[in-house]
Amino acid sequence: MPEQPPPEMVTISLDGQEIEVPQGEYIIKAAEDQGTYIPRFCYHSRMKPVGLCRMCLVEVETPRGRILTTACNTPVAPEMIVDTESAVVQKAQEGILEFLLINHPLDCPVCDKGGECPLQDQTVAYGPGESRFVEEKRHFEKPIPLSDIVLMDRERCILCARCTRFSEEVSGDPLIEFVGRGNQTHVITFPDEPFASYFSGNTVQICPVGALTAKPYRFKARPWDLEAIESVSMVDASGASISIETSQNEVVRINGVDNDATNHGWLSDKDRFVFQAIHSENRLATPLIRDDAGDLQPASWGDALDRVADALGSVRGDEVASIGGANNTNEEAFALGKFLRTVVVTPHIDAQVGDALNPEFLAGVTPRAEIGDLDGAATILVWAGDLKEEFPTLFLRVRHAVTQMGAKLIVVHPRRTGLDNIAAEKITYRPGEGPEVVRKLTAQGDQDYGAVRDLLTAGPVIALVGLTGRAEDPRLAEAVAAYALGLPGSKVLPLARRANVFGALDMGLAPTLLPGRVPVKSESGRAELESHWGPLPGEAGLDTAGIIAGLAAGDLKALLLVGADPVRDGRNPDAVRAALDAAEFVVSLDMFLNDSNQQASVILPVDGFAETEGTVTNIEGRVQKVNRILPGPGQSRALWSILDELSSRMGGQLGAGDGPAIAKEIALVAPAYRSMTWDRLEWGPERDGVVMPDRDGVQELRFVPDDSGLRPTAGRLALHSGRVLYDGGTRNTQSPALAGLTPDPAVYLHPRDASALALADGQEVDVAGEFGTVRLRLELDPSLAEGSAYVPANLDSTWVLGVPDVVTVEAQSSKGKKNEKKKGKKKGAGE
Amino acid sequence: MTSFPMILTERMTAHPADSHLLDRYEATGGYETLRQALLSMKPEEIVEQVKAANIQGRGGAAFPAGIKWGFLAPIEPRYLVINGDESEPGTFKDRQLLERDPHQLIEGVVLTSFAIGANHAFIYIRGEYPKPARRVQQAVEAAYAKGYLGQNILGSGFDLDVMVHLGGGAYICGEETALLNSLEGLRGEPRLKPPFPAVEGLYAKPTIVNNVETISNIPWIVANGGDAYAAIGDVDSVGTRLFSLSGHVKKPGNVEVPMGLTWRELIYDIGGGIRDDNELKAWVPGGASAPWFVAEHLDTKVTKDDCAKAGSMLGSGAVIVMDETTNVVAAAHRIVKFFSHESCGQCTPCREGTTWLERILWRLLNRAGRPSDIDLLLDVCDGISPGLAWPPRMTTICPLGPSAVSPITSIMTHFREEVESMIPGLQEVASA
Ligand SMILES: Cc1cc2nc3c(=O)[nH]c(=O)nc-3n(C[C@H](O)[C@H](O)[C@H](O)COP(=O)(O)O)c2cc1C
Ligand code: SF4
Ligand code: SF4
Ligand code: FES
Repeated sequence: MPEQPPPEMVTISLDGQEIEVPQGEYIIKAAEDQGTYIPRFCYHSRMKPVGLCRMCLVEVETPRGRILTTACNTPVAPEMIVDTESAVVQKAQEGILEFLLINHPLDCPVCDKGGECPLQDQTVAYGPGESRFVEEKRHFEKPIPLSDIVLMDRERCILCARCTRFSEEVSGDPLIEFVGRGNQTHVITFPDEPFASYFSGNTVQICPVGALTAKPYRFKARPWDLEAIESVSMVDASGASISIETSQNEVVRINGVDNDATNHGWLSDKDRFVFQAIHSENRLATPLIRDDAGDLQPASWGDALDRVADALGSVRGDEVASIGGANNTNEEAFALGKFLRTVVVTPHIDAQVGDALNPEFLAGVTPRAEIGDLDGAATILVWAGDLKEEFPTLFLRVRHAVTQMGAKLIVVHPRRTGLDNIAAEKITYRPGEGPEVVRKLTAQGDQDYGAVRDLLTAGPVIALVGLTGRAEDPRLAEAVAAYALGLPGSKVLPLARRANVFGALDMGLAPTLLPGRVPVKSESGRAELESHWGPLPGEAGLDTAGIIAGLAAGDLKALLLVGADPVRDGRNPDAVRAALDAAEFVVSLDMFLNDSNQQASVILPVDGFAETEGTVTNIEGRVQKVNRILPGPGQSRALWSILDELSSRMGGQLGAGDGPAIAKEIALVAPAYRSMTWDRLEWGPERDGVVMPDRDGVQELRFVPDDSGLRPTAGRLALHSGRVLYDGGTRNTQSPALAGLTPDPAVYLHPRDASALALADGQEVDVAGEFGTVRLRLELDPSLAEGSAYVPANLDSTWVLGVPDVVTVEAQSSKGKKNEKKKGKKKGAGE
Repeated sequence: MTSFPMILTERMTAHPADSHLLDRYEATGGYETLRQALLSMKPEEIVEQVKAANIQGRGGAAFPAGIKWGFLAPIEPRYLVINGDESEPGTFKDRQLLERDPHQLIEGVVLTSFAIGANHAFIYIRGEYPKPARRVQQAVEAAYAKGYLGQNILGSGFDLDVMVHLGGGAYICGEETALLNSLEGLRGEPRLKPPFPAVEGLYAKPTIVNNVETISNIPWIVANGGDAYAAIGDVDSVGTRLFSLSGHVKKPGNVEVPMGLTWRELIYDIGGGIRDDNELKAWVPGGASAPWFVAEHLDTKVTKDDCAKAGSMLGSGAVIVMDETTNVVAAAHRIVKFFSHESCGQCTPCREGTTWLERILWRLLNRAGRPSDIDLLLDVCDGISPGLAWPPRMTTICPLGPSAVSPITSIMTHFREEVESMIPGLQEVASA
């Protein structure tokens, strides 16, 4: 955590005991830290107190006598005398509980919360023995759906306003509100506006009763049947702590765990409900081998591994390449890298697909910020994808820093983002013109962006830097980081999205990096690793784009796809498909069939999230433990064990017999991970994760990237290919709760561009680029930079477009051709 | 009762036809005080005069206005908010001031704003008062036209904009912080205090909230001096006050009387006594929130301290008189039902407790009570207002919850037998 000045301490008397507590802390928190639990319903440590439920009443001595006050919103003061258990307090608490229960349906046996309900628990601890209320209870229609995911039982609601406060204060989408008054007060959505929040599941988690329930868990299990294990969400690379809960070997729920360093306990609905994909009937459960007729047939592990070992053994090592590995644990990634470098002996390794940033930049930028640094920032610069779509829990941390901690926010992006409404300044630019913006920000005496530059004179500046869209030149992010590092007190948090991409890079799944953030070109670093592994190739390998080109050209012959789908994620889907066709042998290690591995020669089913134990590394370089709570489906196996067995078949020795063994080897050979052990992460103060130190030396950053030369002219619009949270990716489509949330595909144009092209809102149009054409509905979007077209990436149909730099948009041609690909003009075999 | 000046109602009494019009107001010396004060007084001097006047707020809590003004945080901008929500059952005095002498209020608003350094003032009027609101709005427009409001008022360099806002029909919006929320467009729910409005009020800026009657007194105080005001009335409660007399008195209506007379004088001399010369049973001395008085309190003085000592308050100035024919359980039920209906619903004890109380009383009224209901009533009351003391302790955010307790403790203290007689089981026990 970033250093913060130690708080001033004051002495108060709590139930007759003198204690030292930080000045200004609320009594409820100060008491809790000393082991005195004051009952509560509405108080939540991550939100502002509202003092509604009145459960936390305590007595405080004042010059005017003893007063009853709520501990959740009364700060401690020097010499304060607090009584939490006087007769008056106990009577009041009993009273509150009796009041809360008079209208409560007491349908605990059929309530999801039953067994883990604060109302139940506190009634047992502090409540009256029985109710004296004999009249008819309050009735509401129930349950009513607030959204596709969340349902509301207003009779159970105790009106603590945790849900409404969360929506307004934390997530900033206040779609639920109290309506009515007095005894008829209830929580509901606005007419015709569902509770369509990316964060709605948090309200279910923090609701102190069973009023809010989530469809994926409703009636699934009773809390006392649940088995739970802590882990880390693999939806994005922010490292949100979670608990995975199973009932009879089925994951039934994921809850957020309050990790001070990362997610503050909050999750996006994708983090929360994506577990449904684990149990998808489409999971691969047995090895598949393509037969002579070209069909995939179930096979035994022995046959499948023989086939792979034969194929990989029959070509030169450096004719083999590997794409993927960013959704695996560090241990798996490490085993994969070691397998490729020492058994296969190839340098062509890349964990990044399609939206790659320079791995040396991602792993090496210094000083690298921690998420917690946001809270101490004077200014936050976000020049990256829309965090709400790509890093939802990080989005909440930026919101927290801005709305609660007073940081000023600058957002630079080609279009509106989820953070715009709290940004002090926003720069909107046309994709391709990012270098121009950097130049203007740096040029002395330039008149543009004066307000932005003024804000950036106030440090500490924390810069969140990544690609704003898939069509962007990846070198721009380096230029932005280089610029940001020149700002006062600045640190950079580099953003790449895939779950464990930072771990994969740290484990050496990059053409230019060896394990432990050691560049391949570092003689000493390589020599050190060679002392453990024997001789290694001294040259950097090919990245994903190079691998695709190499396959197409016949220089590369065999490919491993490790949880990767480059057809969907690549720049030019047709070219990738052609390269896969050209390959002599493709083996895919995956959980699902996808657009790329459909053509593979062998498909091996692997264990995934919640099925493997190990560590992961987030955007900060924070290493955290992920845990296994159930076996993979059917015959699926852990990646490391597959690789271990393949190695012996290929006459090598991987030494990856189990996870702990690999972890030990990582600590031995990966310099940045030298002190890392699983034990550290499982017990004690480091359970929030440990940030691995920056690599020595400063990563060289290219300052201003070459001019892209891109000058969109009339009718040719720069493509903004931004990501959306609920895209057409496997995890979404295989999770029923999320599958329906995918937005309808569309192309967005600035109204002036649309009118210049004589196109109208809602019209069907053909969007054509270098790699393909797609028919989409047109939506006007005044937040876009003029001269650009926004097409959300990876929705059903939009992915066909690939990622060209420019597109044309025209009225639907009368021939009615749909999703037809343009042949001919190809940009090499470029990926 | 000694002679006293009619501070608030002289003009409307003398000129019932047009006391609300600017011409009449000016013809009777109106806005002269403002002219003088803006040209010759410093803001602090006005605050000093109001402090010396020792005028207690007329909205309910009777807090000295001058002292409240002194709590203003030294932050700009600051706001003045006039509380004209007047919704407490039995209270209709502000209505008369708004409707019959709006310029008196506006002159008070300008003087007060000048004194506290506010350039924006809001007059919040209850939604069910369309005519008073119209009159005030017209008066504000007339005052703007004549330069009593707006930029550079009367050449003094002082600017003030006044906005008239109509409530949406919720009693709780009379509570000052709920009122501020309502003005801001939020739900009308009381805020947690601290922070008090003088530190963090409207739009989180320092704000003074005063009642219509309180501010209607300011022109007189500035014109005649604080000491002259403090000389009227009694020692602790000074000046005159407008009481809304209602119920079983012969002459109901608003009356302006000096503080310090006795309840006997107020009810019998001014109110003309009890209708049909019936026996007095009880009266609500200060709005529905106030514990009731009975005959033994007739010689208590009408002051803040004397009433507090006797276990009640002057509150909003509503005096509701009940004669011997009154069913006290029905009366208490009606009042409790009002509070339960008007609870904002934020806090558990008020939301759930007041409804529960109302239902128990309803049972009693319908002869369906149980012997245990007496203790239950008191115990539920205790859950809202621990110890049932006066002034009340509260488990709630604002005093509305405890207000619902007052009528119940009143009937239990003074008419317990009558209450018990309505419970079938207890009757039998008593007659056995
Ligand atoms: C439930 C409740 C309702 C209130 N209603 C009113 C009201 O209608 N008018 C009013 O002036 N004050 C009302 N008050 C008192 C105000 O909160 C506040 O004390 C008053 O407006 C301050 O003005 P004053 O100091 O001039 O009396 C109410 C208080 C409570 C707790
Ligand atoms: S739904 Fe739950 S969280 Fe929301 S107010 Fe009701 S009890 Fe509280
Ligand atoms: S006491 Fe009643 S009216 Fe006052 S804040 Fe609580 S619920 Fe609202
Ligand atoms: S926890 Fe303090 S009032 Fe609810």
